[in-house]
Amino acid sequence: MTSTDAARPLVFRQRQTAEEILEPSPWSKLRRRILGNHSFLIGAIILAAIFAVAILAPLLAPHDPYDQDLAKRLTNPFWHEKKIDPEHILGTDKVGRDYLARLIYGSQISLLIGFSTMLISGVIGTVLGVTAGYFGGRVDMVVNFIINTRLAMPVFLVAMAAVVAFGASLTVVILVLGLFLWDRFAVVMRSITMQARDLDYVKAARAMGCSTPYIIVREIFPNVLSSLTVVATVEMANAILLEAALSFLGFGVQAPTPSWGLMLNEGREYMFFSPWLLALPGVCLFMLVLAINLFGDGLRDVTRERDR
Amino acid sequence: MTEAAAALETVDVTCVFHVGQGFLRGAKPLRAVNGVSLKIPQGQVVGLVGESGCGKSTMANILLGLQKPSSGDVLYSGNSAAGFSRRQIARRIQPIFQDPYSSLNPTKTIESIVSQPLKIHNVGEPSEWSAKVAEMLDVVGLPRRVASSYPSQLSGGQRQRVAIARALVMRPEVVICDEPTSALDVSVQSQILNLLQDLKEELGLTYLLISHNLAVVQHMADRVAVMYLGRIVEEADAQTLFNDPRHPYTRALLGSVLTPDPRLGVPDTHLGTVFPNPIDPPPGCSFHPRCSECMEICRSRAPRPVADGGHETECHLYGNTGGQDRHVAHND
Amino acid sequence: MASGNILEVENLRVDIPVASGMLHPVRGIDFSVSRGETLCIVGESGCGKSLTSLAVMGLLPKTARRTAARMDFLGHDIRTLREREMARLRGGSISMIFQEPMTSLNPSYTIGNQLAEVYLRHVEQSRAAARDRAVFLLEKVGISSAGSRLGQYPHQLSGGQRQRVMIAMALMCGPELIIADEPTTALDVTIQAQILHVLADLQHEFEMGMILITHDLGIVARVADKVQVMYAGKTVEEGPCEAVFDAPMHPYTQGLLRCIPIPGKTQRGERLGSVPGIVPNLVGELSGCMFRNRCEYASEACAEMRDEPTRMGDGHAYTCLRAPEEIAGERQGAGGTL
Repeated sequence: MTSTDAARPLVFRQRQTAEEILEPSPWSKLRRRILGNHSFLIGAIILAAIFAVAILAPLLAPHDPYDQDLAKRLTNPFWHEKKIDPEHILGTDKVGRDYLARLIYGSQISLLIGFSTMLISGVIGTVLGVTAGYFGGRVDMVVNFIINTRLAMPVFLVAMAAVVAFGASLTVVILVLGLFLWDRFAVVMRSITMQARDLDYVKAARAMGCSTPYIIVREIFPNVLSSLTVVATVEMANAILLEAALSFLGFGVQAPTPSWGLMLNEGREYMFFSPWLLALPGVCLFMLVLAINLFGDGLRDVTRERDR
Repeated sequence: MTEAAAALETVDVTCVFHVGQGFLRGAKPLRAVNGVSLKIPQGQVVGLVGESGCGKSTMANILLGLQKPSSGDVLYSGNSAAGFSRRQIARRIQPIFQDPYSSLNPTKTIESIVSQPLKIHNVGEPSEWSAKVAEMLDVVGLPRRVASSYPSQLSGGQRQRVAIARALVMRPEVVICDEPTSALDVSVQSQILNLLQDLKEELGLTYLLISHNLAVVQHMADRVAVMYLGRIVEEADAQTLFNDPRHPYTRALLGSVLTPDPRLGVPDTHLGTVFPNPIDPPPGCSFHPRCSECMEICRSRAPRPVADGGHETECHLYGNTGGQDRHVAHND
Repeated sequence: MASGNILEVENLRVDIPVASGMLHPVRGIDFSVSRGETLCIVGESGCGKSLTSLAVMGLLPKTARRTAARMDFLGHDIRTLREREMARLRGGSISMIFQEPMTSLNPSYTIGNQLAEVYLRHVEQSRAAARDRAVFLLEKVGISSAGSRLGQYPHQLSGGQRQRVMIAMALMCGPELIIADEPTTALDVTIQAQILHVLADLQHEFEMGMILITHDLGIVARVADKVQVMYAGKTVEEGPCEAVFDAPMHPYTQGLLRCIPIPGKTQRGERLGSVPGIVPNLVGELSGCMFRNRCEYASEACAEMRDEPTRMGDGHAYTCLRAPEEIAGERQGAGGTL
């Protein structure tokens, strides 16, 4: 009996077809919700603008961010009346570098740190979390142990120790943050995967003969993706702030690289006479982190409850 | 016993889970399925009824090859499960689940859901798949346009039809219907039952119908097995079982069916209110704490199955089954 | 209306603003319950039966708007009651039993605590009195060794036992009216019969009115005194239980009854009847009979139909343009298979 022969033509009586489709497609619903969600739109617009600035930095920046001009040290930005230099709209820092150029190039560093950290920690956390959530039992116990071990280590202290041990550089900062910020990914992915694992469509895929990797990648992963992106935005903002803090303390990106955190540090001593040296990178950081958080919050709202 | 092998058969299958009792307390065995032998003959509908927690779903998982039995064997057309890979089992047996809202992946289109088995088993050319999907949609009575929609756009009944199309696209021999209509509205339920009935005739399918709705089982099934705490306590062909239920549990189940007859009140099931803990089953007959006809022997000795021309009952009321002689019950 | 009624509702409407306009899930329904009487509201998902009960309890979602020509409960006008007065009624003179026994009990309190709390909030009595009443009612609903159960937590009970506890809780303050929304849907058949049995017994013993909301025609037939069939937010047929089941008049009621397999009546394997099509969208302006797109008898006139029920005496009424004689004649012709 070869009844598994799917190629055999079917003979069946005409059915009374079931109803019409009333609901709009989930994508058109998603589009409608995105357009109705202001925080998502505002966050996305600011974020896109900062992205554009980072990518187009060589075109936008009026000067080389590393060019020093000791004759024009600490010129004032355009809204001041004296000691302004029309060539440097936002003034210069203590060694005469164009502040606008440094701010523009600083966005590259922040986004680079944010993205690479998020990617590294996202991959580690998702792999651990999804594995623990899907397999459960002993695997889950081991992963939980790793998560707890990680949570017991203070990121900031370990990052400073690592910088002391390996020397300060962009790579070290990215690696340290990437290897330490995966805990939230793991925890969230684990619990969501646990819920998804018990749903009938996963069981149906198993009954279909799908392999475990296939089920994890093709059945479960698309359904945890929206939560994953929300965690990713939170962690990205977190990483950017941590980098700024590390650089400010001198344990992060080293001079003369234009990092907003480092610029805050360099501007510290002129706080009273040239407050914009602190205010400008501070505002940039604030805008970026705010945009990411608005975007993440909005994303959570628009993707919530795709079905039912 | 020399007749053609059943499409699907379990031989003395037992499935034990180890349930943790909390931190540092160790695990206790839970016999979800305890020595079940069940035959599902080719082309028939076998109903499996029982309350939640009786082991019905574990049985379904074992038959689908998703759960390895602790002991015993599953026979596919008479051949031991040991000779089959999971993919081979998947080609023969497919499930239909209760909840059409969770059985379809919300991120996929209907076309990709229904064509997935073809993809997994490399059947035909990818270019033929959408024609195959369209054909299956015709078969289950869905307009072809739904192929490009997502599950969230469909009603419960439509989703259940999609689930049926997915189960049948590989032309399995046996379909395991796990409460296929209990999540649906009354008017939709009948459409799905009619569809299952038609498909069975047209495609020569064999069903295992797991349900707690006895009216549905009586409507569909040729043979019925009643399960209680991991054991099949009564099994017979549908006619016999519904006309002459023997086991007190079967009688209580049948008595609990609420037919829409306004002249009858709510029946008294005469069942106790204590539901035994499956981790710590009572000694003797596992049904005795709820049984209205409990005898002395029921408290100490588990009954053995007694067969009477294809009607098997596992109860002390029918014959002296507590003795040493082991009744071998294979009549059909 | 009869003066024995404890609850009388006329022209109840619920409107909920949604993205695409105004949703009208309940579109003007009337009902009444008298002491010791069971009213069953039956319908499929989306017909507005649950929102009707929530509207009576004042538990509608925040965005929903409720209007009614009349909503009297034992002399109180529910429409004008403030939230605090309504809260005193809820759990006091009106109790509700929900579908999901797993989630309607708080997992972090003992059974005894939760039972006593309801009592102490509504009745000025000592804790000891509350405890006595809890034990008395737990025994009534068929929970063995009730005294020792008081210290248990919900997770230590089975689903059926939890629903029994829910019933006991609903009875703690001696309510006049119980609203049970699909009280047995989540339970096994044997447990369902037991729970309904307990519910019916206690209702007669304490002479309470009961509104039972369900989709299961079997339950309706067995427990109801009066039946109200809802479709798309309206009552399409109502009347005494026997009249409705013996001679269903509205095509929807007839269709529903043809859909279910009935042991002893439908032949094994025979094709079941069905109600083709789906429930209409209830957003925006609606007029005419909402069942017309699924009805085999639909005609042009149905689109302009006003909701004037055809009354048949004995309280049996249905909202359809077909004449009673026409339907009765057809039933004769069909040999009484309906």
